[in-house]
Amino acid sequence: MEFDFAEEQPKFLMLMYGLIAFVVVVGGLLLLLDVVPAWFARRREAQLVAASASGAPLPRRRRQGEGLFALFFLLPTLLLLTVGLVVPAIRTTLLSFMDAGSTNWVGLRNYGWMFSDDSIVRVLINTLIWVVLVPLIATGFGLIYAVLVDKARFEAVAKSLIFLPMAISFVGASIIWKFVYAYRGDGDQIGLLNQIVVSLGGEPKQWLLESPLNTLLLIVIMVWIQAGFAMVVLSAAIKAIPGDIVEAARLDGVSPWQMFWQITMPSIRPALIVVVVTLTIATLKVFDIVRTATNGNYDTSVIASEMYNQAFRYGQNGQGSALAVFLFLLVIPVVIYQIRNLRQQREG
Amino acid sequence: MTTATPTVAVGTQKTDGTPSTTAGRVRKRLNSRTATLISIIIAVFWTIPTFGLLISSLRPEDEIKTTGWWTAFTNPQFTLENYQQVLFGRSSSSGQLASYFINSLAITVPSVLFPLAFASLAAYALAWIKFRGRDWLYIAIFALQIVPLQMALVPLLKFFSTGVTVGGVTLMPAWDLVDEQKFAQVWFAHTCFALPFAVFLLHNFISQLPGDLMEAARVDGATHPKIFRTIVLPLIAPALAAFGIFQFLWVWNDLLVALIFAGGGNETAPLTVRLAEMAGTRGNEWQRLTAGAFVSIVVPLIVFLSLQRFFVRGLLAGSVKG
Repeated sequence: MEFDFAEEQPKFLMLMYGLIAFVVVVGGLLLLLDVVPAWFARRREAQLVAASASGAPLPRRRRQGEGLFALFFLLPTLLLLTVGLVVPAIRTTLLSFMDAGSTNWVGLRNYGWMFSDDSIVRVLINTLIWVVLVPLIATGFGLIYAVLVDKARFEAVAKSLIFLPMAISFVGASIIWKFVYAYRGDGDQIGLLNQIVVSLGGEPKQWLLESPLNTLLLIVIMVWIQAGFAMVVLSAAIKAIPGDIVEAARLDGVSPWQMFWQITMPSIRPALIVVVVTLTIATLKVFDIVRTATNGNYDTSVIASEMYNQAFRYGQNGQGSALAVFLFLLVIPVVIYQIRNLRQQREG
Repeated sequence: MTTATPTVAVGTQKTDGTPSTTAGRVRKRLNSRTATLISIIIAVFWTIPTFGLLISSLRPEDEIKTTGWWTAFTNPQFTLENYQQVLFGRSSSSGQLASYFINSLAITVPSVLFPLAFASLAAYALAWIKFRGRDWLYIAIFALQIVPLQMALVPLLKFFSTGVTVGGVTLMPAWDLVDEQKFAQVWFAHTCFALPFAVFLLHNFISQLPGDLMEAARVDGATHPKIFRTIVLPLIAPALAAFGIFQFLWVWNDLLVALIFAGGGNETAPLTVRLAEMAGTRGNEWQRLTAGAFVSIVVPLIVFLSLQRFFVRGLLAGSVKG
């Protein structure tokens, strides 16, 4: 019954190895960069002394040091990015044109499968619902709340309450909300949602089994986590609107609604776009919530969770890779939109 | 949330007491009472689920399973038994979360330190060392941010399990890690995936340091490593803190990377993996799920609340300047 601390020791040992590796690699790199140039400098000094003593022309100073420094500063990052991200991404693209065991080329069959298999089409539709609703609702709540609590007496506390879910893992958040959605067949309800339904005279339901409602209930979890992010960024943008613009408008006698739509909204538009884009990308990759709450069952699966299932549970490397590539393709237009916007902003 | 307000608008409060920001005026006209009511409703909606979980985790098992947590106010019965069970219980169904908690810790610490060090070195080079192709390299690293990590999972796992062989020549043997050695895989994966954003965020800060300072140091004969250690590192400490918190929350809360590279056993899997598994197989054992969820939440919550201002600063720098 007692927890055995001794069994945990290998982990601490491993952690220590990790930390030692860290000190050796980073410290070693810095030391190397310190010692080697110093050695060269001393040699050059000796050369100079020797040259001036013998009256020979001074050796020309070589200039390649800078580039060499840059190389060593960048070496760990470039190495890791190549091995861990660039090469794997290229390989995934290739794998998406191969069969389950990655031995034969199958052309576009995996992509054809994606758009013809009914269950996968359902996955794509779910992802679309997520991507449309989450940024919209989370940004909406964030904006309303930022406006409402701006300059209120308890602003700091009020904002912290909304912001706090950002620290909670998607897994933790899913458990929190699964508890809200919990169902009991007989006796008292233990889930808040069913309790509310019952007290209003309705029948309790197994919420997470009811498609398509369950997808919306999972979206609530994501909105609950992300609204705080939208709120913080938008609140900062609202506070950055110059006071004299507001003052001028006030002297012109515009109504508060006009003020909101004609001054606040245009002023915070760049921040608004950043929030929507960031949330869109985060939503496209959502995995943990679906996996924890329903494991992708009952018609709730999305691209990222389906990719995991195909590649790591069913051993379908080709189909899993095709889904990953498709996910990547979906991100690209969003990013291009963002970049174009930034450029317009700088020029305008 | 005290420093979420980098630039408070000039003349926020007029002498006659009317708020002069647009939002303040909208709020005022909206009838202050309605506005307060709506914001309170939103705040309650955002807080109640977590609150219910916390209350439940402290109630006896029979109570949790038969009555709603709101009845605890009329019939208060509290116990720490759930936490005792879920953390230290020996039976396989109890959770054994203490063991997973240590795993989370062992995964997170190096996964924060490595990208922090590598990225600050790289960001310095990209900002202050002149070499050919510098701008292109920065753009390339910046662009890698948009590659979803799903794109790297299958080949990277293969890389660990079979090594690298080109034309029959083994360039790198398989890692063949067992048990707690698998931490190294997770560190590696997290470090790779974190680097593009880390380089981008730290470059934002480092490139804004005054050029005169660097010039002066160079004239005094300081080399790049010396400038980096003695001038740059102390100056970008807030940025390092900001990214450190980001990365800490990201790694501690991550499920996907851990699921694939750490395996599911109590030798390596972090809290998130264990909790997701419990939610799937023991979905009605609420006495364990509630306590377990709270165990996993408490560390990031403490980090987050104590270092919030760094986090917000990093958030604004990372997203708005983007």
